[in-house]
Amino acid sequence: MLTKRIIPCLDIKNGRTVKGVNFVNLIDAGDPVVLAKQYAELGADELVFLDIAATLENRGTTLDMVLKVAEQVNIPFTVGGGISSIEHVDALLKCGADKISINSSAVKRPELVNELSQKFGSQCVVVAIDAKKIDGEWIVHLAGGTISTELNLFDWAKEVEKRGAGEILFTSMNNDGTKAGFANEALAKLSTELNIPIIASGGAGKVQHFIDTFVDGKSDAALAASVFHFGEIPIPDLKKELKENNIPVRL
Amino acid sequence: MKLVIIDYGAGNIKSIQFAFKRLGIDAVLSNNIDEIRNADKVIFPGVGEASSAMEMLKKSGLDLVIPTLTQPVLGICLGMQLMCNSSEEGNTKGLGIFNVAIKRFSNEVKVPQMGWNTISNLKSDLFKDVEEREFMYLVHSFYAENCKEAIATTTYETAYATALQKDNFYGTQFHPEKSGIAGEQILKNFLAL
Repeated sequence: MLTKRIIPCLDIKNGRTVKGVNFVNLIDAGDPVVLAKQYAELGADELVFLDIAATLENRGTTLDMVLKVAEQVNIPFTVGGGISSIEHVDALLKCGADKISINSSAVKRPELVNELSQKFGSQCVVVAIDAKKIDGEWIVHLAGGTISTELNLFDWAKEVEKRGAGEILFTSMNNDGTKAGFANEALAKLSTELNIPIIASGGAGKVQHFIDTFVDGKSDAALAASVFHFGEIPIPDLKKELKENNIPVRL
Repeated sequence: MKLVIIDYGAGNIKSIQFAFKRLGIDAVLSNNIDEIRNADKVIFPGVGEASSAMEMLKKSGLDLVIPTLTQPVLGICLGMQLMCNSSEEGNTKGLGIFNVAIKRFSNEVKVPQMGWNTISNLKSDLFKDVEEREFMYLVHSFYAENCKEAIATTTYETAYATALQKDNFYGTQFHPEKSGIAGEQILKNFLAL
């Protein structure tokens, strides 16, 4: 049976992990390669690297990091942040990234989704969507939730699926950082109305939240950062509890 | 040991090269027919769309070379699919090494299948020291039907052939290079064939 995926997300700046990471026994918690290896050993199913300060100038640094991760890590990983061209995606995939994720660039020019999926295959095109629930409607936001668009979450998600996205990474801005659980109602609607995998993001605080997003939210994967980085939820314990709750996981 | 990874422009081959490097083998990336013929082992990778990948193979003449190879050949993901008779993806003919057709999953399940699923009914030296129901990483929308040449099956919508073998030709739908320690064992087994 296809298992539900647990995905730690690492924020990257100039090729280094930035968000506080508090693993014990790590020689260098800022080294993405060291962290990635550690997560792979702990049983993470995939990794996401988000370049939070992506600029044209530091592109080389990020590519170099991707190459080093690919050299040493034996599970799949996605790279996102500041990606808006075929050339950039080509370079990332050639360095060994398995998937790339695009967000604002897809909103600005939706044809990019078609172009990338045609050239590289849907399997490596993740469209990340940040949305905020305002007066009962889920509105797509850009730039970490600071810029509002006219797009409705569900319409936009269906459009990128049609354009060839292989997967949706949905972050609820209402839930992100709250540690009060994922936006399961919206996730379940996405999962039901679309036929591609949905990754839940934003709101993980305890094990029950993961159980809820897989059961009530019908999510295919769950992404989180701080609860993993600070060891609040050790991945082996999380997976064990998921299994005890009859959720298929890789153990 | 000379290991060649066929480089015909389809997909992410760096991961495969790195996976072998972690096992201490420097694989050569090549589309040179003599170099491929003279290798001890050949990897036939592929990610992307079947009919365009098949076109790329034809352009380089590799479509005629690959079926005549006599050393162990391992097709991975789309590589395995192209070794079959035909694919519904872009309605293309394949290399006809494995006597099976490639079909698309129905919309009863999410497509692509993306993530870790188990492999069962293992019957090949490729799976030496690999346990039944071991997890492998898969990303695909099309699959080979269960058939005589299946050496492992995975269940997603239906039990399908997740690995195939005929003579010196092997194929895996899953990505051993991305499947943790168990995947590395399969690559090691391939090197030992």
